[in-house]
Amino acid sequence: MIRLFGILTGLFFAVAVLWSFGNGAFVAATEGMGEETAEKVFYEHPEKLELPSDGIFGTFDVAQLQRGYQVYKEVCAACHSLKFVAIRDLAQLGYDEGQIKAEAASFQVPGIDPNTGEATTRPGLPTDYFPSPYANTVMAAAANNNAIPPDLSLITKARDDGTAYVHSLLTGYSSPPAELTQQFPNFSTPPGLNFNRYFPNLNIAMAPPLAADGQVTYAPGNPDPTIDQMATDVAAFLTWTAEPTLVKRRQAGFAVLGFVLFATILAYFAKQQVWAAVKPKKAAKAKD
Amino acid sequence: MSFPWAREYQPTNGLMKFLDERLPLPRLIHGAIGAGYPVPRNLSYMWNFGVLAGFCLVMQIITGVVLAMHYAPNALVAFATTEHIMRDVNWGWLMRYAHANGASFFFVVVYLHIFRGFFYSSYKAPREMIWLPGVVIFLLMMATAFMGYVLPWGQMSFWGAKVITGLFGAIPLVGEPIQVWLLGGFAPDNAALNRFFSLHFLLPFVIAGVVILHIWALHIPGSSNPTGVEIKTEADTLPFHPYYTAKDGFGLGVFLLLFLAFVFFMPNALGHPDNYIEANPLSTPALIVPEWYFYPFYAILRAFTIDFFFIPAKLMGVLAMFAAILVWFFLPWLDKSPVRSGHYRPLFRIFFWILMVDMAALFWLGGTHAEEPYIMFSQLTTAYYFLHFLVILPIVSSIEKPKPLPYSITESVLGSDKDASPAIPAAAN
Repeated sequence: MIRLFGILTGLFFAVAVLWSFGNGAFVAATEGMGEETAEKVFYEHPEKLELPSDGIFGTFDVAQLQRGYQVYKEVCAACHSLKFVAIRDLAQLGYDEGQIKAEAASFQVPGIDPNTGEATTRPGLPTDYFPSPYANTVMAAAANNNAIPPDLSLITKARDDGTAYVHSLLTGYSSPPAELTQQFPNFSTPPGLNFNRYFPNLNIAMAPPLAADGQVTYAPGNPDPTIDQMATDVAAFLTWTAEPTLVKRRQAGFAVLGFVLFATILAYFAKQQVWAAVKPKKAAKAKD
Repeated sequence: MSFPWAREYQPTNGLMKFLDERLPLPRLIHGAIGAGYPVPRNLSYMWNFGVLAGFCLVMQIITGVVLAMHYAPNALVAFATTEHIMRDVNWGWLMRYAHANGASFFFVVVYLHIFRGFFYSSYKAPREMIWLPGVVIFLLMMATAFMGYVLPWGQMSFWGAKVITGLFGAIPLVGEPIQVWLLGGFAPDNAALNRFFSLHFLLPFVIAGVVILHIWALHIPGSSNPTGVEIKTEADTLPFHPYYTAKDGFGLGVFLLLFLAFVFFMPNALGHPDNYIEANPLSTPALIVPEWYFYPFYAILRAFTIDFFFIPAKLMGVLAMFAAILVWFFLPWLDKSPVRSGHYRPLFRIFFWILMVDMAALFWLGGTHAEEPYIMFSQLTTAYYFLHFLVILPIVSSIEKPKPLPYSITESVLGSDKDASPAIPAAAN
């Protein structure tokens, strides 16, 4: 009885889903598999980017992180916040206490006037987080043609292949290629938007932030600040902001995995020894 | 214990005697994992996953309790406190990555445990009451994992919660009031986050309770085994300790190596990048998907694209998704073959492997964009899923001619049952 009921139920679900399938197959056969769009054909996955922090043995290049920080501060910070990173975290970039205090003091952060209690600003302290360029999202939207610049603290983890994405996006501005306009005559980049083949819908609100080589002046002894170099450095910096514990995590991983590997080998021999007495003497196993 | 050959617990010193008469905890341990629990001697590594699942549950509770000390279930700060754990809490990143990947590995282990049960028909008499609480555990795990994924309050948390609670909206007449009641509002917000946190903290302990039932029921008939032949004599068994503690110890080591490789070297590989974007009700992600371990059921949900007569497509999808798990409850009565092990069931074995390929396809399809040809693939695989459990299994189990079974477990291990008994060394007592 229960099996008869089961068979009927099974047939019910199978027929219902095959009904959907038949319908979909009919639509696919008569109208094709869905339209090609400019985004589907011309969007590109970020180009591979090699950084010292790649791979399981990778570590951050402190000089590169400092350059990336400089690019963030002089270019990105005009619109993008970095709200989960504290100024004290710069210690990991090789700055000493005095430098961090001075760096913190160079920012104005929201504060309270101790005499009147009114809202005011004060110089930052190392314990402060990086101040946001806008007081709130309404202001951010108003200043940016309604596109709110995303916070950059986690951007390299919040995008597929994020580190490469940041680099590709920053260097991927161009005019729409000729093949695109041929294949999709209706495709256009509305005023206020910019064509970028690494952005999912190809039109991004952000104007090219790195417009020219040498836009940021690096300290002597560093590579030339080409657009590509600046984009690489800021991608490295944002990889660090997204996960400051990256290197520590891998170091801990080697120690832990090494120990567990050792323990597993011991466990294997312990198991062999325990089982030795009861294992079949000959391989006379009757299997299958 | 109900095994006639199980060794009675004998307290060896005064303290243990004292305890045994008043609170027989040592006796419980002896009966659960000691010489009081004789286990078939031929268990393969497929029998490791129960212990591993138990390990995962304990690990999730420990890391979860620590995370709860630093997390705040408030929509304004939930995302920020998660980042606080990652950045400022000592070893917080380890706790969070271990918890997030621990959930994934818990499901890996439990899926393997369940598929082992499919192949060896572990659900059959006299083990139905092990299987049924087992399915309950799986359902509770799904609820717990779903609510846990909402807590970081990222984009996928928010939109996943919206989609899944939206399923209740498909119920005719009362659907929308139920949805509003469950969420405490019209969309996921602070009320939903708070209750999800509360339930996410509670449910693991409910799971632990059902696990006790699961193990209690296991200890009545004892473990199944790869031949599916029941224990005949003591020679067919080995005491759980030291034999299976040693074997499980090695299995645990291999499990930890894989798990920790993910935690330390690719902790975000099983997650979705969108969940590192703070929840924003005004911005819908391009692709809303649950965690990977829900993909098969998500694929089934999405496979129903048009109304089936008077049943709306959405309701049909929801019914099918729940039915896909509920059908497991009926397995002991759908599969009537007297033979348990798939090794001796030539026809069943073929369909079992087709089911595994079908499941693999559903795992893949649940994560794809809802567009052709993926929808058509998921419709075919969904059809097979239901046909397998509800049509093929009952029919195969009645028409199949099984291969001859070995006389006993000992025979299958040693080739003959004669010289088995002396092989048990005295040290095992």
